[in-house]
Amino acid sequence: MGAQMRVYRQRIRSVQATKKITRAMELIAASRVVKAQQRVRESSPYARAITRAVSAVATYSDVDHPLTKEHEHVRRAAVLIVTSDRGLAGAYSSSVIKESERLIGELRDEGKEVVPYLVGRKAVGFYKFRRREFAAEWTGFTDQPTFDIAREIGERVVADFTREFDEGGVDEFHVVFTRFVNMVTQEPEVIRMLPLEVVEGEEPPSEDEVLPLYEFEPSAEDVLDALLPKYVAARLYNCLLQAAASELASRQKAMKSATDNAEELIKKYTRLANQARQAEITQEISEIVGGASALADAS
Amino acid sequence: MSQLQVELVAADRKVWEGEADMVIARTVDGDLGVLPGHTPLLGVLVEGEVQIRAAGGTQTASIDGGFLSVDRDRVIIVAEAVDASKITA
Repeated sequence: MGAQMRVYRQRIRSVQATKKITRAMELIAASRVVKAQQRVRESSPYARAITRAVSAVATYSDVDHPLTKEHEHVRRAAVLIVTSDRGLAGAYSSSVIKESERLIGELRDEGKEVVPYLVGRKAVGFYKFRRREFAAEWTGFTDQPTFDIAREIGERVVADFTREFDEGGVDEFHVVFTRFVNMVTQEPEVIRMLPLEVVEGEEPPSEDEVLPLYEFEPSAEDVLDALLPKYVAARLYNCLLQAAASELASRQKAMKSATDNAEELIKKYTRLANQARQAEITQEISEIVGGASALADAS
Repeated sequence: MSQLQVELVAADRKVWEGEADMVIARTVDGDLGVLPGHTPLLGVLVEGEVQIRAAGGTQTASIDGGFLSVDRDRVIIVAEAVDASKITA
């Protein structure tokens, strides 16, 4: 076998091995993305119940809470960047990071100090490689986030938010994550989580309707105190779940195109290997014919 | 007498939904019973058991704290973690 052909055969074998891996990853991502979407759906009754309760308190009482109060001078803003733990998901992590860089630039232009909070090893790697400071990191769960993690992040952020500026507290809290629109579209998105704005939910009571007198147990302040951190955690949980679904969907897409590419390469190398084989045969024939006629001429 | 529409919701799923005659839960101030026609209410719940009494029997679940809202005979019990092992149907 000629050297040329051996090289082609080796390439084909290597691409075939890669194709098996990418195909397996595609199938795994495809089965997980269905589960991730289901988890997004299952978490919505909780989020809806909390949102409705929060807007009920907001509508039926006039209590101010530290978490809803706008700061007059925002001097420090926290940004939570939700990326993935692993790569091989196309542009998933890099588009979130790009969006966060844009947001951070914008906040800096407004004269705010930016404190990053990172979710996912990709973001941590990005910051460590550039030797940038960050406040906190959470890693190791991005394709299957649990509510406990959302609560942990929520507690940390609420604690930082309620602290005074001089003690290292923040005045604003933004989240950059990837919204799962559908299987083909996932968009990086920025939401401002704190101070809270309660918009969705409860429709405002009409003019002629008598306002129901809400009872609060033990009091409106205490109810808000208990509710708002839960509301933050529920919204963070929703962001993490959507990000997980988006991560898996982008991984599936990326691995599908990698598999298609591998097939294309195998086809190309097979053609080249066949050509090399034919060339070798043709050369051998012409050598034999040439040799025979040389012998005939000599005799 | 009208019935209560009860929903028991955990952070990651809806645990139970159905009609009931009475709901008993433990708030910060003590046990609280809700009957149909109750005034709108929002209460903070502490760790403990929630009882949902219906014609077909009583459902009991342990929760780790959360809150309860009542509005027009609609009762929503929300908790982060719900132990639903004792819930039948």
